[in-house]
Amino acid sequence: MAKRIEVSDLNIYYGNFLAVQGVNTSIEPRSITALIGPSGCGKSTFLRSLNRMHEVLPGARVEGKVVMDGQDLYGSDVDPVNVRRQIGMVFQRPNPFPTMSIYDNVIAGNRLNNTKMKKSESDDLVEKSLRGANLWNEVKDRLDRPGSSLSGGQQQRLCIARAIAVEPDVLLMDEPCSALDPISTLAIEDLMAELKERFTIVIVTHNMQQAARVSESTGFFNLNGVGQPGRLIEFNPTEKIFSNPDQKATEDYISGRFG
Amino acid sequence: MTATKAPTERPAKQGAVRRPGDRIFAGSAKGSGIFILVVLAGVAAFLISEAIPALTAPAEDIPGGEGLASYIGPLVLGTLLAAVIALVVATPLAVGIALFVTYYAPRRIAAALGYVIDLLAAIPSVVYGFWGLAVMAPALVPFHEWAAEHLSWLPFFAGPTSASGRTMLTVGLVLGVMILPIISAIAREVFSQAPALHREAALALGATRWEMIRMAVLPYGKSGVIAGAMLGLGRALGETMAVAIILSGGAGATVNLISSSNPSTIASNIALRFPEATGVGVNTLIASGLVLFVITLAVNMLARWIVNRRADFSGAN
Amino acid sequence: MSTATRSASGTSAPQDTVRVERRLSRSATVGLYLAGIALGAGLSALTGFAVTSTVVYGVILGTLAVYVTSRAVEGRRKATDRLVTCLVTTAFGIAMVPLVSLVWTVLSKGLARLDGDFFGMSMFRIVGEGGGAYHAILGTVIITLLATAISVPIGLLTAIYLVEYGTGRLKRGITFFVDVMTGIPSIVAGLFAFALFTLLFGNDFRAGVMGAVALSVLMIPVVVRSCEEVLKLVPNELREASYALGVPKWRTVVKVVLPTAIAGLGTGVTLAIARVVGETAPLLITVGLITGTNLNPFDGRMATLPVFAFYQLTQPGTATQAFLDRAWTAALVLIILVMALNVVARLISRFFAPKTGR
Repeated sequence: MAKRIEVSDLNIYYGNFLAVQGVNTSIEPRSITALIGPSGCGKSTFLRSLNRMHEVLPGARVEGKVVMDGQDLYGSDVDPVNVRRQIGMVFQRPNPFPTMSIYDNVIAGNRLNNTKMKKSESDDLVEKSLRGANLWNEVKDRLDRPGSSLSGGQQQRLCIARAIAVEPDVLLMDEPCSALDPISTLAIEDLMAELKERFTIVIVTHNMQQAARVSESTGFFNLNGVGQPGRLIEFNPTEKIFSNPDQKATEDYISGRFG
Repeated sequence: MTATKAPTERPAKQGAVRRPGDRIFAGSAKGSGIFILVVLAGVAAFLISEAIPALTAPAEDIPGGEGLASYIGPLVLGTLLAAVIALVVATPLAVGIALFVTYYAPRRIAAALGYVIDLLAAIPSVVYGFWGLAVMAPALVPFHEWAAEHLSWLPFFAGPTSASGRTMLTVGLVLGVMILPIISAIAREVFSQAPALHREAALALGATRWEMIRMAVLPYGKSGVIAGAMLGLGRALGETMAVAIILSGGAGATVNLISSSNPSTIASNIALRFPEATGVGVNTLIASGLVLFVITLAVNMLARWIVNRRADFSGAN
Repeated sequence: MSTATRSASGTSAPQDTVRVERRLSRSATVGLYLAGIALGAGLSALTGFAVTSTVVYGVILGTLAVYVTSRAVEGRRKATDRLVTCLVTTAFGIAMVPLVSLVWTVLSKGLARLDGDFFGMSMFRIVGEGGGAYHAILGTVIITLLATAISVPIGLLTAIYLVEYGTGRLKRGITFFVDVMTGIPSIVAGLFAFALFTLLFGNDFRAGVMGAVALSVLMIPVVVRSCEEVLKLVPNELREASYALGVPKWRTVVKVVLPTAIAGLGTGVTLAIARVVGETAPLLITVGLITGTNLNPFDGRMATLPVFAFYQLTQPGTATQAFLDRAWTAALVLIILVMALNVVARLISRFFAPKTGR
């Protein structure tokens, strides 16, 4: 598990609108990579292009290459559905399925794809995934309750459990803590530190302290103006970005001089 | 992020790999949508194909013996008369009701009152016919007499009055009741969507409630009310059973609303004559149905056009 | 607007900076209105007392009384406001009159024959009293179910297309024409079904399925619109959550979107059924009426409740009252049926709604 992702000359379009331009980077396995930058700079779009989630919008397309351990994710014979099974995603707002119990939410990836499983297997998977998401002790007595009965932070961890239950190689997180209170945020950050032993994690965040706390590498996205494409300005180890960045724009952003 | 910018381009090339399940499902969904368009086209096509014999038949074969135009003409007049009366009666009432429910009734019961008005829409039209015949017609006889006495200088009230009250006027009023919920439902919706900011601004300037409505609600809701009225008109034009039951006599073209001989409406004429019609008679009725179809289609398209134009402007969606 | 400032009730500001307005209290307004109505009753009594004229005169005089007094006490602007309040309330009152009158009439005339025979017997070999609408009720149920079976798959799939797949011109076209189709007169739908089946099976073909097709033309646009509204309410986040788990789009729609929206879909379909169950005109010219029971919708005429009611009323035989009684009872049953469907629709939306925490 946990694979390296190489991105080369990636342009992302919505129709004729160039949203992100010329991204070249390499995302290391078993580490956390944070993406920071002002709103609308394309960091979420870039994140979603890594598991082809942006394609659910009509007209979205990319140029360039995204290669995961030698496999071109945008190859002509690649099914985006299979890409998403390898690269899971956690969203800004917790989104458990309201019609399903906590138990069913965790194994939703298998249930929805009609994967046949023995009861004991699915029990094991649920426990393993919930333990992996540090949620097992809180919910083990009420697995049949609706997922939406949990608190926001618990819901988000349920969504992480759901994402890791399909055993992906990479986990993308799109501002996973922005809708949560500080204590829940801390719980998620602790969880991420554990998860990086098994997964490649990419996280988009607006919270620079969070990026500094959890990540090994950080990418800074920016755009020159409204209607201009977003670009990856700088990609470096987190320590370097926050202490001695190469680019003036990065330093301005981090020290709060704009944005 | 930049999602709203997405224009509808051709689907990305990269999506070329699609699962059979996706293809079948998307295909059947799209097929259903196209099927609906086909049905609508089919309605027009079948009506035309069955109406053609009436268009080509010699005048004396058409019921009435004077050709298609003079058969359908009075029916069109009757249809329009009944629908216009309904519209004139229902629109101001519906606006009043909508204002009452949205801005005057106590908050707690407003939703319930709206539901009560919606009940009017749920009652089947044949039942309206029953009620119109048994209650409205006799109840309106005194009004007919009063109108004949005082308003006879208007061609609409020339008399002589019908003793049963089964007149165009009664029909128009019953149709008015029937389209009331349609217009008021749409009016209610647009009134309640009037921007709270404008309303509060008006009140903050010291406007009375009516001034607030006149300044902030009515201008905003005007096109919605017009569209609702058009939809109501469409419904009134096509209404069949209430007219078929209440209206008496199929006389020629007259605008006299209170006499016992009235022009029938297209829809009710079809309902009453169709079961016994034969030969060219059937084709003639279908031809009249085609005329009705075209009229209602035009009215409805106009209404939808107004509604959609408004939706583009309001930014509510 | 001369009133620069006004005092909110309860604030005691200095007299020279805030102009205190004279206002009519609520009870004074109501009292004035009632006085007007009483005057109206008196006026009506002069010309021979009648309920109608009392109400008409009373409402006019009551409104006038409130307006004139308010104008004298509170000024023009407040008076206009009060006038409009009276008018708007009256408009609502006027709308209540037909509803109450209609329900009352149908109840009082329809209860007479609301008995076991009405539900247990057909009109087979009945020329006078007795008999019932057993055959017509079954016919209505069969034809409506058939229409539902045709309309719901087409309508639901079209709604799915519009919400999940549709793009560009085709989507706009379908949306527009579905809206237009909502306005097709029911009699035209009947003519369409008649013309269609005449072309396919010849002039004398009559069957329940003709009626079902006609009703479907009326029902499909209603189903599409209501399902479309409901599907749009399903949060996009749930679709994305499903895609991100590697679930194909069609499974996402079938297993995530539809279950989430099931309550709204059920409500929409039920209301669509309620809308067509009372339709008379299209059935009148396609399915017609028979006195016996025909349970096969693919062969021969069938009786349906609305058509049954219509003919009982308009073509009474020798025993006129018996026919009229049956007609009104049929109308009553029809109203009960429609109201029951409306109630069921509300219950569905209440009990099957997903328990969202948000």
